[in-house]
Amino acid sequence: MASVAHKSHDMGLHTEQLTGRTQQRFFSSSEEENFTYPWSFEVDFDNRAEFDAGPMTPTEVNLKIRELMKQGAGSITVKNPQAKHALGVGILNRLNLTFEGSLGYFGCGLVDGPNIRVTGRVGWSCAENMMAGTVVIEHNAGSTFGAAIRGGDLVCRGDVGSRTGIDQKGGTIIVGGRSGAFSGFMMQRGRMIICGDAGKNLGDSMYDGTIYVGGEVEDLGVDCVPGEMTENELKWLTAKLGTYNIEPACGIENMKKFVAGKQLWNYDNLEPAEKKLVL
Amino acid sequence: MCGIAGLIHRGRSSDIGAEMTSMLQSLKHRGPDSTGFALYGNAVPDRYVMRFKAAEQEDMKSGFGIQERIRERREEAESRLASLGATIENADPATDYSWRYVFSYDGDMRNLADYMEDIEGVEILSIGKALELVKDLGDAETVSSQYSLSGFQGTHAIGHTRMATESDVDIRSAHPYWAYPFSDVSVVHNGQLTNYWTLRREMERRGHRFMSNCDSELIAVYIADRMARDEDLESAMVRSVDELDGVFTYLVATSDRLGMAKDVMAAKPMVLYESDEFVGLASEEVAIRSIFPDEIETWDPYHGEVKVWQA
Repeated sequence: MASVAHKSHDMGLHTEQLTGRTQQRFFSSSEEENFTYPWSFEVDFDNRAEFDAGPMTPTEVNLKIRELMKQGAGSITVKNPQAKHALGVGILNRLNLTFEGSLGYFGCGLVDGPNIRVTGRVGWSCAENMMAGTVVIEHNAGSTFGAAIRGGDLVCRGDVGSRTGIDQKGGTIIVGGRSGAFSGFMMQRGRMIICGDAGKNLGDSMYDGTIYVGGEVEDLGVDCVPGEMTENELKWLTAKLGTYNIEPACGIENMKKFVAGKQLWNYDNLEPAEKKLVL
Repeated sequence: MCGIAGLIHRGRSSDIGAEMTSMLQSLKHRGPDSTGFALYGNAVPDRYVMRFKAAEQEDMKSGFGIQERIRERREEAESRLASLGATIENADPATDYSWRYVFSYDGDMRNLADYMEDIEGVEILSIGKALELVKDLGDAETVSSQYSLSGFQGTHAIGHTRMATESDVDIRSAHPYWAYPFSDVSVVHNGQLTNYWTLRREMERRGHRFMSNCDSELIAVYIADRMARDEDLESAMVRSVDELDGVFTYLVATSDRLGMAKDVMAAKPMVLYESDEFVGLASEEVAIRSIFPDEIETWDPYHGEVKVWQA
């Protein structure tokens, strides 16, 4: 156990163990695929479908995606999304989903499992509360990118707005360009990689988690402090960024690491029911 | 919540009335109570355009007497303009209760504006050589249709869809705000200023007058005041980011420029599209996409960012 804790520390992860009941049951990496939603669909990635979202409302687009999934489509292409809001939300299944164009606010929120690619840009709050899977944005993203995500990889190849990864609880957020003010605000777990410059108040009031920055940091927020990069982290960064063919201009070896100073640390992982027992 | 939008054509005119209508209609869900347009047409030298109303829209339901009162107010307005030496060249009705006057005048604009506003029930929406400000209750298509804005030729425009929060649903509380009494300056704003009263009292002590209790009007007067003191638009806006407290994104337009500013927290949305010929800004990308259906490269301006474009 000690060696595992030591390794997780070397990897830039938090050292405390998760003991909450739902954490153990649903989010343990050693219990992969241990939870399946009762309404999941059979997935055949070679079963492809596409449709034009131009004349449809957001609700109609999302219902159409579900209908195609129900019919067995494992790879769906949505053409012409025209920056409409709340597209591709609540997908709790494996699926290859491509949006050919840009999304508006709240795109790809609450997803658990799909691999989503957006060829254009996304507005505010992309992939909010994402649980698992990958979401890749080929251009820029608005503010609160990846708010409160719990797992998976959320990637923006361009620039992102302010409050990126606000309240992040897990997973990895990768920004190919620069990020705005208050990125990592109240971050609780997970990792954020910003290849370009980071705006003011980086990691403000973060409880835990790790932020890697390739460019300049305008300034650090309250209780965000520089950390020491380990060999394991460099390997992990190389592998993770390599997966998405992203490389910071400064080179991975020159990236900087930031963690919580834990002077404001006031975070426990007891479930409410357990708290009642203890208290 | 409110939605704001702006556009500017570089070096040419376009049907900005129809374009702004389309953008604002796309933002209707951000505020359905009222919609406003500040349109910048092709200025005629030595001529001012004044948009004013002699009643609120809801006043029109108050019986036959209102028509008579509106007629008296309009006659009084014309009489006062003449007494100040202004020569009215066109007097076009925009609605049953608002007009568009074109006039020549070489006197003090504050005197004229104060004298006109002194008429009970009369409110000047804008005075400018290029600016024409229209705002009323309803969504963008309703207001645009009511005031026949489609076909309005000009270089740039800003607009606003309002969700009433701090004040009533009426024309006086609708945006954009003209920077009373400065010619051709208008502002739309999404956010809240927390030092509104402090700044307002400072400006009132320096002689400025406010037509509403809305913090957005303060921004308009603040910017116009700085420009009247020989500060350029961009410098005034940079200063405003330091001196205005709160969360805000605002757009300001003058006779030949369009500017945007975001607070240091970047708390309010703004999406920007910029090309060599055109700049479009809006609270949401759907507004820009309503006039550019094809894929375009957009981004969010950053915290504390100020940008200014020339027509």
